Amino acid sequence: MTSTEDVARRSSTGRTVDEVDLSIFDGQRERAAAIVARYPQPRSALLPLLHLVQHVEGHVGRAGVAFCADVLDITPAEVSAVATFYTMYKREPVGEHLVSVCTNTLCAALGGDDIYAAVRERLGGIGHEETSGTPGEPGSLTIEHAECLAACDLAPVLTVDYEFFDRQTVDSALEILDALQRGEKPHPTRGAPLTDFRSVELLLAGFFDEPEVGGAAANAGPSADPSTLAGARLAEERGWTAPPMPERGPDRTTESTTLPGGAS
Amino acid sequence: MTEPGPEEYTPDPLTPVLTRRWLLPESWTLRHYTELGGYEALDTAFATDPADLVSLVKDSGLRGRGGAGFPTGMKWSFIPQPKPGEEPTAATKDAPQFKPKYLVINADEGEPGTCKDVPLMMADPHSLIEGCIITSYAIRANFCAIYVRGEVVHALRRLHWAVKEAYDAGHLGRDIHGSGFDLDIVVHAGAGAYICGEETALLDSLEGRRGQPRLKPPFPATAGLYAAPTVVNNVETIATVPSIVAGGKDWFRTMGRERSPGPKIYSLSGHVERPGQYEAPLGTTLRELLEMAGGMKDGIPLKFWTPGGSSTPLFTAEHLDVPLDFEGAAEAGSMLGTTALMIFNETVSVPWAVMKWTEFYEHESCGKCTPCREGCYWLAGILRRLTEGRGTESDIDTLLDVCSNVLGRSFCALGDGAVSPITSGIKYFRQEFLDLCADQQSPASETPVLAGAH
Repeated sequence: MTSTEDVARRSSTGRTVDEVDLSIFDGQRERAAAIVARYPQPRSALLPLLHLVQHVEGHVGRAGVAFCADVLDITPAEVSAVATFYTMYKREPVGEHLVSVCTNTLCAALGGDDIYAAVRERLGGIGHEETSGTPGEPGSLTIEHAECLAACDLAPVLTVDYEFFDRQTVDSALEILDALQRGEKPHPTRGAPLTDFRSVELLLAGFFDEPEVGGAAANAGPSADPSTLAGARLAEERGWTAPPMPERGPDRTTESTTLPGGAS
Repeated sequence: MTEPGPEEYTPDPLTPVLTRRWLLPESWTLRHYTELGGYEALDTAFATDPADLVSLVKDSGLRGRGGAGFPTGMKWSFIPQPKPGEEPTAATKDAPQFKPKYLVINADEGEPGTCKDVPLMMADPHSLIEGCIITSYAIRANFCAIYVRGEVVHALRRLHWAVKEAYDAGHLGRDIHGSGFDLDIVVHAGAGAYICGEETALLDSLEGRRGQPRLKPPFPATAGLYAAPTVVNNVETIATVPSIVAGGKDWFRTMGRERSPGPKIYSLSGHVERPGQYEAPLGTTLRELLEMAGGMKDGIPLKFWTPGGSSTPLFTAEHLDVPLDFEGAAEAGSMLGTTALMIFNETVSVPWAVMKWTEFYEHESCGKCTPCREGCYWLAGILRRLTEGRGTESDIDTLLDVCSNVLGRSFCALGDGAVSPITSGIKYFRQEFLDLCADQQSPASETPVLAGAH
């Protein structure tokens, strides 16, 4: 099994693995070692490493697979098996931005399907995981229909580079597209200022504090969307609270309570 | 039990415990968390024997908030620990009780309709972190990973920031609060796979592999992350723990019902006037929640809803008064799931909704086992054909037949969940499926069409 020391030993630059030139990853060896060092066992680093690869390549290509294999001392086949399993690892170069429209049932019923159809049409009829424009150039957009994005109370939603744009309509979604194509960065409904797909991939690799991904951007945006707060606000208005906690500390009696085994 | 009966004490209709800080501006910061008692439960916990903390959580009746409702304290008690004074010998040094223990937080929120953990991590990440520290202390783990689905970048940002603040304040790292207890937390981003919400698939994913479920037993409690004893708990479950330590089991049991105590975040979405997160005692009904949420949107009547995500069988207007706790939902033929109440009015076609959900399961089936992989594929194909008006009455029988071959025969619960909308949709709305076939009885349509074959 590979160890952190092994990773450091392999962190020489300009390496070639299986005749794949890894030089585009020369600047990433330190980051790769930092990812590996986070976990009790190095292989756990593979998912964040693949995000790092997408930060560099804009997708997971042959070089990225070879890089991960080199860092973790596993085979490229083992890396490919993982990379092809997960939706967020893209096999073709992604545009400057990735636009994901939720078309799961609830969002779809509230307009998500119409939004996705309009987005496709506006971009010349392209389909799932296809790109309008040339990846690497400003204003290029890759689109996808996404599964539930865990923002159902704000449906229908779309995300740009995984930042939320809540309560969309066909018109508002097309305005976002137009702005992105003009090279603008509309501000997400909740969250930090928009960057681009590759910058966000650095963040997903676990590097949250670097200036190029916005540094302390955690402090951007509201605590929660106002409508997410519907319950908390109603409770405040009506003066409803949880029962007061007793002054004394917790009651730590150990009498047993019989509970059924649950549904699992 | 000393639980007060309803005649003695009735909690308010909403009981903000997890959501009590959410209205504060910048509620996610350490400053606001500590202003409202944050990290105080930690010292209480450190003054308590770990085994007594496990008992406290067991006695509180806290049940997992990730869908299955397994008793949390009992799950913790399954972690093998050395007996008092027991030292490893040559024979036992590799035994589970002497391996490192791990806590893994399941923040891979992806069940359609579920939207409670992401807002919680965005608005109050420190409650989760304090819960992680107390839980890790209770099960004697020194490493905790929070596995967050990758598509929620801002929740990841907030959580990472909060972890950093907690390290800087001495709530994480070495010798926390002078207790001698060490803990490291890693925030880990997933990569887009619903199946990783299944706990053993999540563990495989966290080990850098394809997220596919493992055969159980062995359960994670004995062979989890890196084959070591591991507790996997949902975000909301663990964020509840500091309140139980601070308030005690009797306080916790003043909310909810006997076998499902405590508060729960109900997520209302769809055709309601004010969708959002409503934290109420377990056992609250949809009728009560709808009243608080301003009723059905534009007054259009309710047609069907899910009590806990798309994997829980559908309910209809006749279930408005079902108490939404683990027992109540099960007795009425569904499951509490994640309390993701997706609410649909009369304008929505049930076969269409079921078809969309089935396409989801078709996409997310991990491919490991045949019933789920093939079943979801064919179910989606048949449903597409039906909703396109090319179905026949016998398709309904075929659907139910395939469902019966997926339910209980799949490797994990994804397959069971996949058939829930289909079987419950046909149970309550069979006529709607038949209506789609009504104009398909002409001889021309009797030539069999192989759904999905191409």
